[in-house]
Amino acid sequence: MPSLLVVEQALNGLQFGLMLFLLAAGLTLVFGVMDMINLAHGSLYMVGAFLAAWLVGLTGSFTLGVVGAVALTFAFGMALEAGLLRTLYARDHLSQVLATFALILILNDGTRMVFGNDLPLSAPAALAGPVELLPGLQYPAYRLLILGVGLALAVLLWLLVQKTRLGALVRAGASNRTMATAMGTDIPRLFTIVFGIGAALCAVAGALLGPLLAVQVGMGENILILAFVVIVIGGIGSIRGALVGAILVGAVDTLGRTLLQHVLREFLPPQWASAAGPAFASIAVYVFMAIVLAVRPQGLFPARG
Amino acid sequence: MTRMTRASSRRLLALVALAAAAIAVPFVLRALGLDFYLGLASRIVVFAIAATSLNLVLGYAGLVSFGHAAFFGLGAYVTAILITEGVQSGPVHLVATVAVAALAALVIGAISLRTRGVYFIMITLAFAQMLFYLANSVKGYGGDEGLNIRARSLFSLGERVLDLKDPFALYYVALAVLAVSLGALARFAPSPFGRAVLAMRDDDVRAEALGFPTYRYKLLVFVVAGALGGVAGALSVNLQGYVSPNAMHWTQSGTLMVMVILGGVATVWGGAIGALALLVVEEALSSWTEHAEFWTGFVLLAVVLFARQGLVGLWTAPPRSRRR
Repeated sequence: MPSLLVVEQALNGLQFGLMLFLLAAGLTLVFGVMDMINLAHGSLYMVGAFLAAWLVGLTGSFTLGVVGAVALTFAFGMALEAGLLRTLYARDHLSQVLATFALILILNDGTRMVFGNDLPLSAPAALAGPVELLPGLQYPAYRLLILGVGLALAVLLWLLVQKTRLGALVRAGASNRTMATAMGTDIPRLFTIVFGIGAALCAVAGALLGPLLAVQVGMGENILILAFVVIVIGGIGSIRGALVGAILVGAVDTLGRTLLQHVLREFLPPQWASAAGPAFASIAVYVFMAIVLAVRPQGLFPARG
Repeated sequence: MTRMTRASSRRLLALVALAAAAIAVPFVLRALGLDFYLGLASRIVVFAIAATSLNLVLGYAGLVSFGHAAFFGLGAYVTAILITEGVQSGPVHLVATVAVAALAALVIGAISLRTRGVYFIMITLAFAQMLFYLANSVKGYGGDEGLNIRARSLFSLGERVLDLKDPFALYYVALAVLAVSLGALARFAPSPFGRAVLAMRDDDVRAEALGFPTYRYKLLVFVVAGALGGVAGALSVNLQGYVSPNAMHWTQSGTLMVMVILGGVATVWGGAIGALALLVVEEALSSWTEHAEFWTGFVLLAVVLFARQGLVGLWTAPPRSRRR
């Protein structure tokens, strides 16, 4: 019985990790290549989730809604990059913090103006039930969909970065931006596209996690910090690092949440254990980051040689 | 004794006028029947203290700490927990707050200061988040719902008792703390220690090569700032009568950073001006629109794009020739 629980939680951890990866992929490129701290990255996740909830309600189709939301967020991300964020690349980190913090306020409240404080978004009816993966192990079909989409996108992104010309340019930019520019790469234009792709990935994560968590204003704030933890663990600027870091963080967070709770129940009153479990799991993520940084100060896969 | 120049006597005059205005605020508000705004005035002063303490680390020492709200929240929790346990003595609150916040800053600083740049930002953030989740988990003291306190800190001055429940008392105590902090900060920069810290900020390696114990100096600055941040938190819980884990959330650390950057990094008045500007803009906007955050965001963006040295820079920066 507990072994089945562990399998189920491992799947949940992998699923959460893959969604974190979708957020971290864009963040690590912007941070690694442009040396830009973008606190508003989590807001793109929120915008994507709200657009998805709105479009799903409008069209009645989950697929159509999600695809539409991803396309719109892609366009929104590119507009944001070209219109505002681009001017911040040359500024110091403090100015970037102030500007993107301002952007969080604007996007949070702007979303509230347009859509209200939250929107309902439920998983498609066809995927509402559970699937029997192993004898005795029932797993929600919708979570399997998230796993599948996450894995597919991770592979697709790997192909894009490793096997295409665009990917080669991005990698060149991440390892040495000045050199890449000198070799004739139009880094600003490249980065508008990269930022758009990062925004679109945020929208995928937001739309898919929407039915599990909740589509509400401020949903981007907590997950943003986890995404930062992921890219610091993985090595800033490295897509591969972001993937490994995300899966590790997803596992530590999810497994810590359930297993710690079991352990804590042994010597704490139940209502204390249920409160302390999630808190200690969240703390475990940061302890894990501290340990990784102590051993490898540049993260697991540093992008810069 | 040096002869007082005209500029410095004008400064002194401005300072006296400013102090008189700050002291008059509660009476003016009462005379105008605007007692409600005394709470806002106190909030501005409390956040001015917190932002000033962060400016010491962020501006003067050049250490981008993204977890300063941890100390603010710790101070608030220490005081709130003592009051919940029936300890009402203000001096005890103060000593406990300073001790806990300074100890936390010592531990966090000792570890974080071994890293630099972006990693320092992330480590300080990580520690603050740990304390945030810890506060969430302590069900005995409110957990995620926060902790309400019935009483406030009491200071006995001979026969009389100063109860921070009295809005006037709270305002003046906070104002005194702010004045002392600003005075200390103004003396810090030109002092030998202050100059060493500034040198470390500008060139860490060279300062170390010159023989300055850079790590110890940075740690000292970090601890002092943490303790002062804790005092601001203790005042805040006396003001609000309430503290929740959100006092330590990263957005709170972000707000403090925004105040410092808005006001002016590494300027004596930067933290105070930033706190004043941000809170007044928020309050003014929320009186005529439901969506104050939205417009506050645009004000902050305008400051980033057009006032590069922060608000203080608008009138202290030497007039520059127009760019072509």
